[in-house]
Amino acid sequence: MGASLGSIVEVNNLTKMYADGKLALKNLSFEILSGEIIALLGPNGAGKTSLISIICGLTTISEGSVRVDGYDVRSQYRDTRTRIGLVPQELMLEPFETVLGTVNLSRGLFGKKPDSSYLRDILIKLSLWEKRDSPIRELSGGMKRRVLIAKALSHEPKILFLDEPTAGVDVDLRRDMWRLVNDLKNTGTTVVLTTHYIEEAEEIADRIAVINEGSILLVEEKSILMKRFGKKQLLVELRQNIEALPSSLEKLGVMLQNEGRSLTYVYDMEADRTGISEVLSALRSEGIKLNDVHTRQSSLEDIFIQLVAEDKS
Amino acid sequence: MNFRAIRAIYAFEMARTYRTPLQSFASPVISTVLYFVVFGSAIGNRMMAIDNITYGVFIVPGLIMLTVMTQSVANASFGIYFPKFLGTIYEHLSAPISPIEMVAGYVGAAATKSILVGCIILGVSFLFVPMTIMHPSLMVIFLIMTALCFALLGFILGLWAKDFEQLNLVPALIITPLVFLGGSFYSIDMLPQTWQSVSMFNPAMYLISGFRWAFFGVSDVSIHRSLAAIGLFMVIFLALIWRIFSTGYRLRN
Repeated sequence: MGASLGSIVEVNNLTKMYADGKLALKNLSFEILSGEIIALLGPNGAGKTSLISIICGLTTISEGSVRVDGYDVRSQYRDTRTRIGLVPQELMLEPFETVLGTVNLSRGLFGKKPDSSYLRDILIKLSLWEKRDSPIRELSGGMKRRVLIAKALSHEPKILFLDEPTAGVDVDLRRDMWRLVNDLKNTGTTVVLTTHYIEEAEEIADRIAVINEGSILLVEEKSILMKRFGKKQLLVELRQNIEALPSSLEKLGVMLQNEGRSLTYVYDMEADRTGISEVLSALRSEGIKLNDVHTRQSSLEDIFIQLVAEDKS
Repeated sequence: MNFRAIRAIYAFEMARTYRTPLQSFASPVISTVLYFVVFGSAIGNRMMAIDNITYGVFIVPGLIMLTVMTQSVANASFGIYFPKFLGTIYEHLSAPISPIEMVAGYVGAAATKSILVGCIILGVSFLFVPMTIMHPSLMVIFLIMTALCFALLGFILGLWAKDFEQLNLVPALIITPLVFLGGSFYSIDMLPQTWQSVSMFNPAMYLISGFRWAFFGVSDVSIHRSLAAIGLFMVIFLALIWRIFSTGYRLRN
C-alpha cells in the first residue's frame, strides 16, 4: 500500500488523553512529507513527545488515526514500525551490554537479518567502531547518544525520529549530528526532529511545525515562515546622544534606545514600501549625525516566541 | 511471526546469563548442595522412608522443582523488569513485535536458564544419592512445563512491578512459601487432614507431585490432575499477559 503523494506520515484528528485526565493532544492533524527534515518546535509540555510516541507505537491513541507510509499504526503496526527509527530524549541503554551487542539486538528486534557490514558502516560513521566491544557503561554521554542513533538506524528505517537529540551534548557532537541528519536526507530518509534549540531547527530543517498546548499552530517551509513572519530591524548608531526623539521620527515608528545612543526601526521586508527612505530623510532633516547603520533579520526564535505568545493570548 | 526478534531477545537474555555464570549457575547449585547435606545426609539419615523411598532420594524432585520454580520466576521477572527500569523497553515497544513474540523471547530464555540449573542439580544429586528415574521423558516434559509456567508468572510479576521492592516481595512472600509448602520436602499425606485440604489449593503442589511421579511412580495427586493443573495455569498466565499487552497496562501510557 502506498502513501498519498508526498506524505509519509499522516496524522488525522489525533487526540490523546492520559489516564490522569491530562489532554496532551487536541484533535491534531498534519502531514510529514517524504524525504524532508521537519522540526517540531514547542515549549515544554506542548505535546511533542506524546505525538512522537504515538507515531512510534509507545503510546496508545485516544481518538483519531495515524498512518505511516499508508499503513495504520494500530492495525498494521508491523508495517509502520519497521519503517521507523526512534532516538529517545533520555540516554536509555543497558549498561553492561557492548556497543555491538546492543546494536545487533536492535536490528534483530526489527526483524532484519544480520548484516555485519551495514552495522560496521553505521558504527564507523558515528565514530563508534573502535568502541564496538566496550560495555556501554564505560562510554561518555556523547558516545551513548551516538549509540542510540546507531540503534535507531540499525534496521534501515525510512523515517528517523530524533527527540531532543542534542540536549546536553557538546558543540562538536551537535555539528556531527547535523551533518549526519543531512547525510540521511541525501539518502532519502525522512527526519523528524524535536528540539529546544531553535538554532538547530533554523540550521537543518526544511519545514517547521510549531506545536503548543496539544495543537499545531502552523506547519510551514522554513524559508516561507521566515519571510511571512520575519521582520527586519534597522539599527542606527548615533554619533552623539540625543535626549528626546523628534516627532518626525516618532511618527514613523522609530524608537530611541541605549540611553539615546541608537535608534531602532522595525519594518516588513515583504511590504511594498519599507519606510527606510523616509526614516533616513527625517534623520537628515533633523540634522542627526550617524555613526553606523545596519540591519538584523528576526530569527526563528523570535518568530517562535511571537507565535506561542499570540496563541496564549 | 517475527522470529528474528524472538531470537534476538532470547540471545540477549542468554548472553546476560553467560556474563554472570557464578550468579546464574553456581549460586543455585551451591544452595541445593547445602540442602542435600543438611536434609539429605544430616537429617535424612534419621528420617523414615516415604513410600519406600529413602528421604535423601525423596527430596531430589522437590529440590529440583524448588530451584526451577524460584529461578524461573526470578529470571523472567528480572528479564522484563530491568528494561522497564532502565527505560530500554521503549525499543521493544516501538519494534514490530507482537506480545506473543516478546513473551516467547523472554519466557523462553528464563525457562532455558532454570532448566539448565535443574539439569545441573539433577546431575549433582546423582553424586549424593543412588537413583533411577522411572519415566524420564515425562520428567523432561514436567521440567519444561514447570519452567515455562513459572517463567510466565515471573514475566507477569516483572510487568506489574513498579520497583525492585515489589519485584522481590512477591517471590519472598508468595512464591517461596507456596513452593516450600507444596511438598518439596515431604509428602502431603504426612500433613494433618485440614492442611492436606489446604494444600489442594496450592498450585505448586500439583507440579511437584507430578514431577515426583515421573521419578518414582508415586505422587500426592494423580498425574492427570497434575498435567491438567499445569495446563490450566499456563492458560491463565497467558491470558493475563495478553490482557496486560492489549491494555498497555504499565507499558504504554
